[in-house]
Amino acid sequence: MKPKRLFLAGFPCNCFRRYSDRVFKSQPCLGRTLKYKQYGESMNYPDKHGHFGQFGGRYVSETLMPALLELEQAYKRFKNDKEFKAEFDYYLRQYVGRPNPLYYAEKLTKKLGGAKIYLKREDLNHTGAHKVNNTIGQGLLAKRMGKGRVIAETGAGQHGVATATIAALMGMECEVFMGAEDIQRQSLNVFRMKLLGATVTSVTSGTATLKDAMNEAMRNWVTNIRDTFYVIGTVAGPHPYPAMVRDFQAIIGREARRQHLAAEGRLPDVLVAAVGGGSNALGLFYPFLKDTSVRMVGVEASGYGIPSGKHAAPLCAGSVGVLHGNKTYLLQDADGQIAHAHSISAGLDYPGVGPEHAWLKDTGRAEYVSITDDEALEGFKALTREEGIIPALESSHAIAHVLKLAPTLPKEQSIVVCLSGRGDKDMHTVAQAMGVSL
Amino acid sequence: MSRIGKTFAQLKKARRKALVTFITAGDPDLALTERLIPEMAAAGADIIELGMPFSDPMADGPTIQLSSERALAGGTTLAAILAMVKRVRRGCDVPILLMGYYNPVFIYGPERFCRDAAAAGVDGVLLVDLPPEEAGEFSRLSDASGIDLISLLTPTSDGSRIDKVKRVGRGFIYYVSVAGVTGARSSVAEDIGTMVERIRARASLPVAVGFGISTPEQAATVAAVADGVVVGSALVKLFEQGGGDELVSRVRAAVAGLKAGVESAS
Repeated sequence: MKPKRLFLAGFPCNCFRRYSDRVFKSQPCLGRTLKYKQYGESMNYPDKHGHFGQFGGRYVSETLMPALLELEQAYKRFKNDKEFKAEFDYYLRQYVGRPNPLYYAEKLTKKLGGAKIYLKREDLNHTGAHKVNNTIGQGLLAKRMGKGRVIAETGAGQHGVATATIAALMGMECEVFMGAEDIQRQSLNVFRMKLLGATVTSVTSGTATLKDAMNEAMRNWVTNIRDTFYVIGTVAGPHPYPAMVRDFQAIIGREARRQHLAAEGRLPDVLVAAVGGGSNALGLFYPFLKDTSVRMVGVEASGYGIPSGKHAAPLCAGSVGVLHGNKTYLLQDADGQIAHAHSISAGLDYPGVGPEHAWLKDTGRAEYVSITDDEALEGFKALTREEGIIPALESSHAIAHVLKLAPTLPKEQSIVVCLSGRGDKDMHTVAQAMGVSL
Repeated sequence: MSRIGKTFAQLKKARRKALVTFITAGDPDLALTERLIPEMAAAGADIIELGMPFSDPMADGPTIQLSSERALAGGTTLAAILAMVKRVRRGCDVPILLMGYYNPVFIYGPERFCRDAAAAGVDGVLLVDLPPEEAGEFSRLSDASGIDLISLLTPTSDGSRIDKVKRVGRGFIYYVSVAGVTGARSSVAEDIGTMVERIRARASLPVAVGFGISTPEQAATVAAVADGVVVGSALVKLFEQGGGDELVSRVRAAVAGLKAGVESAS
């Protein structure tokens, strides 16, 4: 085995050093012997069993295995099917409103006095976030597989809304599972889902948040396996979901790459995106994996701060484990029980992360930092006041990191940040945090 | 041959069927679990299945979810479960099978788990979310430790799944009679006999059927077509009314009733 390659020069959060020993000692990790250049040369991940190095896989009950194999076959067949691709493109253009702009945030750039800041405007998509790119793809796949019913889990409600939306569009029955706690803090999105014709089922088990909603969606899927398609909203879950969701979201990075080349005549220097499960980040990163000059920074939510233990940053402060069908970094205790995540942003409030991010972290191709609730609110305010764009609290984490990063980079460089969603849904949370009653 | 294998072989010779009873280890505490294992064996359980509680029991219905929460609230850990089994083994020979999810075992360390479980006297392990595709390394370790890795088959399993599962499966095949989560149901699925026959035609292991079986009558129906009957949620439900001596007698009576059901079909 080759000596451990250290790629930590200037690694922004100290998390890697602290946790790497524990992880690497206990796990034989294929990833660590692979240099990121090798990753760049081959984008053929995952392998045929859905593994990204030691991560990913298909850790599910036997009842689900035939359904996952069926889904994998269908996805393999349709992802290169001309008609499927044409239909997907049609809806992205005519229904979602793509391509959305890569907007040069000139005022914010000047204020920070460093690298140019470009915003990839996923907030301008129909339904207000990047989630719809994926639900259109999975909805079209469900239809081709003859499934008349879709189910989904949701945290902030954005993926639930995006799923309810395509169910209305495509004439499918829809049930969305949502933690009781999230239903309270995202009542607007709950109402939207109901208006769209979906049944919203409150989940009270466990911690009553996103992870429990996912458990309940899996239970419902296993019970209705023959006629139901489970629309997972992020790049996690059992194979083929992490790869499939990534492929549907990769439109973000493909457009951004083309748009940046057109605007600047060169590739960007840094990509920044928030990471909960990690779908908007991977959507942006994936088409740049081969471009090894491009730095990729994923921003996790550190809630009240990592030392407080109340956060949602498994890549920065978690350890390797198995949950929801895949092996990845998780928040868990010494007995392997899953810990309660915390973030001001319901969409990042998840104790796991997509397996490909775990792999990008261990190979060093991407770096992961974290932003606290308070810092995210500063990011939220800065973008709102400087550019007149109200970002979602999830995206505010990415903005908050850019506030730190941009001033440290020369003016000739540029940063592309994924503005994954708009902030309308978060008005109540932000008002509460600012001590304002609406 | 393992204790589980021997149990099925002896029952088969006597033309009888196995009763497998499930309770969650540590619900409400491990002292009671320790007391219940010999009690259930004395009341007629042929194999004892102990749930290893997990914070996110994705394949379980509400009854076992709540039971897992009670066990975790009481501070139950994998190490403590193994220590408890070791104590039970001093005076009790009933086959013991641990059932649960992979993450706690993965964090404990698969190799250490197999070694410690074998030393404690555990006979088998069933990991719900470790299908044969992911079980390669674990099955080598469990085989080496002499622990049976019990595998699941379901109504969605076709011939190729049966072939895949039987390669890693040891002890017996656990046939999940309904596509769904654990929990009592008003009637048992009708096609159980057909599926059990299909599995037997391809795999040489005994087949025990579980999920949704709660009454002696249902146990009798299933015992007529399978090698064993697994009852879980119906027993776990009894724990909702509190612990102590009364719980022990309730569980004993329920196991005796189920045993009578199984025997009536033998």
